[in-house]
Amino acid sequence: MSAGTLLELSHVSVTFDGFRAINDLSLSLAPGEMRAIIGPNGAGKTTMMDIITGKTRPDTGVVKFREHDLTKLDEPAIARMGIGRKFQKPTVFEELTVRDNLLLSLKGLRSPFALLFAKETAEEKARIDGLLHTIRLGREAPRQAGGLSHGQKQWLEIGMLLGQEPDLLLVDEPVAGMTDAETMETADLLREINQTRSVVVVEHDMEFVRALDVKVTVLHEGSVLAEGELDQVSNDPRVIEVYLGR
Amino acid sequence: MNASLSFRGASVTAVIVVLLTGVLAVGSLLPASSPVQVSPFIMTLAGKYLAYAMLALAVDLVWGFAGILTLGHAAFFALGGYAMGMYLVREIGARGVYGNADLPDFMVFLSWKSLPWYWWGSDHFPVALLLMLVVPAGLAGLFGWLAFRSRVSGVYLSIITQALTYALMLAFFQNGFGFGGNNGLTDFKDILGFDLHSPYTRAGMLFISGLILAGALLAARYVVGGRFGSLLIAVRDAESRTRFLGYRPEQVKLLVWVFSAVIAAIGGALYVIQVGIINPGEFAPANSIEAVIWVAVGGRGTLSGAVIGAILVNLGKTLFTAWLPEMWLYGLGALFMATTLFLPQGLMGLMRHLPEKRPSEVTPEVTNPEGGEA
Repeated sequence: MSAGTLLELSHVSVTFDGFRAINDLSLSLAPGEMRAIIGPNGAGKTTMMDIITGKTRPDTGVVKFREHDLTKLDEPAIARMGIGRKFQKPTVFEELTVRDNLLLSLKGLRSPFALLFAKETAEEKARIDGLLHTIRLGREAPRQAGGLSHGQKQWLEIGMLLGQEPDLLLVDEPVAGMTDAETMETADLLREINQTRSVVVVEHDMEFVRALDVKVTVLHEGSVLAEGELDQVSNDPRVIEVYLGR
Repeated sequence: MNASLSFRGASVTAVIVVLLTGVLAVGSLLPASSPVQVSPFIMTLAGKYLAYAMLALAVDLVWGFAGILTLGHAAFFALGGYAMGMYLVREIGARGVYGNADLPDFMVFLSWKSLPWYWWGSDHFPVALLLMLVVPAGLAGLFGWLAFRSRVSGVYLSIITQALTYALMLAFFQNGFGFGGNNGLTDFKDILGFDLHSPYTRAGMLFISGLILAGALLAARYVVGGRFGSLLIAVRDAESRTRFLGYRPEQVKLLVWVFSAVIAAIGGALYVIQVGIINPGEFAPANSIEAVIWVAVGGRGTLSGAVIGAILVNLGKTLFTAWLPEMWLYGLGALFMATTLFLPQGLMGLMRHLPEKRPSEVTPEVTNPEGGEA
C-alpha cells in the first residue's frame, strides 16, 4: 500500500445468500481527504461501511487502515483505532440525556470496570461543553435525547462522533429527512470537520454532494463505476445510465 | 446523571427497610403477653420476604437495566443458599440423628465414610461466606462469558437460563451429588454458636438481613447511577451502537450479571438461615419466573420496585395460599397480566405518577420531563 493512503480496500467481495453485495471493490482514501460515495439503492454503500467498521467480514480482499488489517478486528477495536461511524438512521441513546450521550462518546475510558468508579473530570466537562456548542444543542443538554427532533438527533450523533475524536469518519446519509437549511448547515459542519479529519460521506442528495465539493465515487452493483469530480462523473454516460438518468 | 430515571428513591427504600426490620426485631423480643409482640411465624415470613427481595433486586439489575430477561436467577439464589446450608449442617456436629461429629446425617445414611472433597472447610463460617460468593459468581461469570460473547440475547438467552437452573435442580436431586438429594439440607441448630431458634438470634438475623438488603439497594443504585449505569442503559437500548463507540457490550453485561448473581446468592444464604431449609426445589424454573413477576409488579428498572414487588406479591401469596391454596397460581397469572396491561411500569410507576418515558411520547416542548421529581 502506498505511503499516502489512510484507508485502502482492495479487491473486496462479500456475498449474502448468493447475492454479491460487494464485488471486487477497490477504493483508497488519502489522509485528510473527504470523499462522497453515491450510487443507487443496493449498490453496496452501506455494506461497504459495514466492512470498514467490522460489522461484516468480507469473503475475500484486503481492508487496511494505516498498517492495520481491519478484517481481523471487531467493531470496538476498529472504533478505538480511530474510525467513527454515523448511521443513516440517527441512533442516540434515547433514555440518556444529551450530555450523557456525549460523555459516553468521549475518547478515553472504555473499560466497564473503570467506568464503575469514574467521575466526570473538569476536562471532560469542558470537552462536552465545546461539543454542545459545535452541534448547537447547549440548551438541550439536560434533556433526554429521545425528546429531540430528528435533525437535532442527527446533530447529536455527529457530536458523539466528534467526541470519539476519530481520524476517519464514515457518515451514512447525514441529511436524510433534513430541511434545506439544515442540509446546507450540515455540509458546512462536515467541511469544518474535514479540516482535521478524513471523512467518507454516503449520500443520495445531489445538492448536498455538490455543496461538499469533493471527489466523488460512484458505486454500482458492489463495485466502483466511476470516480472523479461531481461534474465529470455526472457526465459519464455509464453513470447517467445506472443512476442519474433514472 | 440519568436525571430522569426513576431509581432515585432507592436510598429512601433502603432506610425504610432498615427501620421496618428494626421495629419487627424489637417487636419480636417483647413478652408474648404484649399485644404488639411479633410472633416467630411472622419473623420467619419477614426473613423469607427479605431474602426474596434480594433475588428480585438481582433480577431487576439485569432485566431492568441491562435488558437481560433472566429466567434462571433462582439458581444463584439456591447456590448461595446451599453454600450457607453446608456450613449450618456442619454446625450440627454430633447433635444429628446419627450422632456423627464428622459427617452430616444424610452422608451417614448413604454409608459414606468420609466427607467429599468439596465439603472440606465447610465447617468454617468464612469458608461458607467465600463459597457463597465465589461459586455463584464463578458460574455466572462462565455462563455470561460464553453467552454474551456469542451474542446470545433475548428469548434465546432466557431459555438457556431456564436450562441452567433446571440442570442444577436435576443434579442437586441426585443423592450421589453430595448435597442431601431431594431432602436438601435442614435441621440446623445454630450459627456461629448462636441458637437459630432463639428469639434473639432471629431478631438479630432479621435486622442483619434488613441492613444487607439496604446495602445491596445502595450498591445497586451506585452501579446504575454513575457512568457505568449510563453505559448499561446504552447497551440495553442500542447494543450495537455502543460497539461503534468502542465499547464491548459483552463485558458490560458480564459485569452486571456477575454482580447480580452475587446479590441473589447473598439472598439465598439469608433465606437458608431464617427459613431453616434448602432443597433442590429452590432451583425449580418456576421460582425464577416468579421473581420476574415480582419485579414486573413492583416496577422494572426502579430497584425499589423490585423490593416492594417481592414483598407484596409474597405477602399476597402467603395470605392467598392460606385461604384458597389451589387458586394461587391463577391469582399470580392474573396479577402478571393485569400489571402488563394496566401498569407497564409497575407499582412504582403508579406511585410516582411518572409520565410515560417512551421517547416518542415525550413532547419536545417539555424541557425536563421529570425534572420536578424529588
